[in-house]
Amino acid sequence: MTVMTKKPQSAVDHLTPEDIEAIGRELDAIRQSVMETRGEKDAAYIRRVIKTQRYLELGSRAILLASAFPPAWIVGTAGLSVAKILDNMEIGHNIMHGQWDWMRDPKIHSTVWEWDNASTSEGWKHSHNELHHTYTNIIGKDNDLGYGIMRVDEDQRWTPATLLQPVYNFVNMLIFEYGIAAYDLELGRNLRLPKDKRPADFASNVSKTLRKIRKQATKDYVVHPLMAFPLGAAVPTLLANLTANVVRNVWTHSVIMCGHFPEGVETYEKAAIDPNETRGEWYLRQMLGSANISGSKAMHIMTGNLSHQIEHHLWPDLPSNRYAEVAPQVRAIFDKYGLRYHSASLPAQVYSAWHKVFRLALPNNWMATTKPSNLPSQLKVLWKMTRGSRAQRRKLQEQLDLEAAYQG
Amino acid sequence: MLDLFHPLRKGAELRARIVAVRAETEDAATIELKPGKDWAGHVPGQYIRIGIDVDGRRHWRAYSLTHGPRADRHISITVKAVPGGVVSPFLVHQARPGTMVHLEQAAGEFVLPEDPAAHPKLLFVTAGSGITPVIGMLRNLYPATDSGVLHARDGLRDITVVHLAPSEPQTIFRENLTALGAAGAIRLIPRYDDQHGQFDVALLAELVPDLAERVTYACGPHGLLDALEAHHAERGLELFTEQFRVGAVEPGEGGTVSIGGHTLEVDGATPILDAAEEAGLLMPSGCRMGICMGCIQPLKEGAVRDLRTGDVTVALPGETPVDGVPIQTCISAAAGACTIEHKERVR
Repeated sequence: MTVMTKKPQSAVDHLTPEDIEAIGRELDAIRQSVMETRGEKDAAYIRRVIKTQRYLELGSRAILLASAFPPAWIVGTAGLSVAKILDNMEIGHNIMHGQWDWMRDPKIHSTVWEWDNASTSEGWKHSHNELHHTYTNIIGKDNDLGYGIMRVDEDQRWTPATLLQPVYNFVNMLIFEYGIAAYDLELGRNLRLPKDKRPADFASNVSKTLRKIRKQATKDYVVHPLMAFPLGAAVPTLLANLTANVVRNVWTHSVIMCGHFPEGVETYEKAAIDPNETRGEWYLRQMLGSANISGSKAMHIMTGNLSHQIEHHLWPDLPSNRYAEVAPQVRAIFDKYGLRYHSASLPAQVYSAWHKVFRLALPNNWMATTKPSNLPSQLKVLWKMTRGSRAQRRKLQEQLDLEAAYQG
Repeated sequence: MLDLFHPLRKGAELRARIVAVRAETEDAATIELKPGKDWAGHVPGQYIRIGIDVDGRRHWRAYSLTHGPRADRHISITVKAVPGGVVSPFLVHQARPGTMVHLEQAAGEFVLPEDPAAHPKLLFVTAGSGITPVIGMLRNLYPATDSGVLHARDGLRDITVVHLAPSEPQTIFRENLTALGAAGAIRLIPRYDDQHGQFDVALLAELVPDLAERVTYACGPHGLLDALEAHHAERGLELFTEQFRVGAVEPGEGGTVSIGGHTLEVDGATPILDAAEEAGLLMPSGCRMGICMGCIQPLKEGAVRDLRTGDVTVALPGETPVDGVPIQTCISAAAGACTIEHKERVR
């Protein structure tokens, strides 16, 4: 998606500043109605989810002790995968957002919660809660847009290495928890800097993350396999942990891709954001910069209610169990102001996000201008863009853009 | 994880299970608790702080223990429902056996000296629920058996109790006190507002002729304790007092904020984060709009107002957690004087 301000027809041109402020007020009223009614039922909900997750993990690990017996391996691995997903999504992510801080339970609090993941909760809270949620979809400020390794927007520069991004994305999907840990450390950027130019806390954050990774690996790949060793199930248990971690990685990666990458989600250019952006304008950016996943209640829980990505981005601190009830009200505001509420099924959103990853692996408009008949010449263009100088690349890009404009 | 199976085990965070709730009066009840294995015991007169979830939120309150140490290690508190209160009405009317509460070890200096000879003649002045620490001491000195007969544990103390209450039926432990009086364990001088009119400390000398020979232990509201302190100081009498509520925080607009060794005057519209940074403090911060929780600091005492919703968060030592109530400084303004701990972010 091209940044919104460069599009011929912006999605928000029809809104007056008064409309935008009215949207802000209406959304604030919805938030307030939920915040005022948080209570016993909500507290019971999160405790029930945590308890379920703990029992599920414990039960699955117990079953895995007998994983020399294949059916036990399947059941235990499936249970452990679900337990890890619940821990990361509905529990960890949401508690770290402070959704449950109002309970004043010092154990279920954003300041102390730690999760079953390679990235430290502190690192995550910084890169996710502060940067991503504040500067959502602003190119150059929100590193979630491609995590610094991918091109997910026309306005991000194309380089020959971009051609490989479907591969990066696939690998990142498999090892997503480590990807996040590296991303929280801004590893790519910081490693390029000379040592003395790196942020003061970089080294200590790296060692904290390494400690966390070692702790996680010891638990999953040493302690539990050793416990199963007397029953002859050390290797199956190790494989079960590995599988559960990969399943969790693939699932979380897919859900998270659906939040902001599907086609049609708006992005923004740094320069176009007013430094004094009003609450209404910020809300509007969140409304158009996120996409929802439709599905059943179980599906919402397994995504940590990130299936209600739009509602989550409007109010990251709203208890997750309440997003479903506000979603119709939010949608009504979209309809009232003629905005697009981006919602589709999981397969549709995953497809759309992957489609974008492939489409943007190629230069802008290359796919749009390619037909079976001109494939050989188009491939030649692509080859030249890959091998040629930067100037040549720019020229060829201009040609592609012209061609596309002519077609359109 | 073990908390799921054995919350009262050794080494666990200290908690207690409610085992019985017994009505004392219409609006007061005694709550019997089974504390976790790490409960260290108490001296009669001491209080505990209990943390209980009411409507999903955890609240902490202090209550006197109303028994001496018991053979079954259970402890009990007696709670009067404060009209419009949050925790006390819940404990009196809604708490059920089985409910888990959080607990801190017993604390408080309002206890009798171990050696009875140190203070052989005592005067207790108590008002309303101020009787609770005193009944704990009395029950410990004179354990009641099932038949109601009282056995003094030591006959060395001579005790007078002046107890003030709005009316006789509204008196907590009325039967206990009457029985103790009837058995000659104590000399009970009840003063009921509806019968005797408002109590005046000047009457004390008249009610207790040997006042000068006694050491006074008093527990009750501010006004009474202040008056007693003046009264006793004037006569050079020894007085020990206990008071639970340090007084409620009345939220206002703006106020003096103490944070990290600085004292700032902040108006009711400025986020505390901005004010503290303006004053040169290095504050943890994040989104500056109330969503990321990167700026949380513990409010130790006082009140702040959420600038988005107008909600007031209050921290009252003794009632809110010792570590303070976490607040988001970027969207909180001072609602009266407040003390905030300044913490570097752990990153």
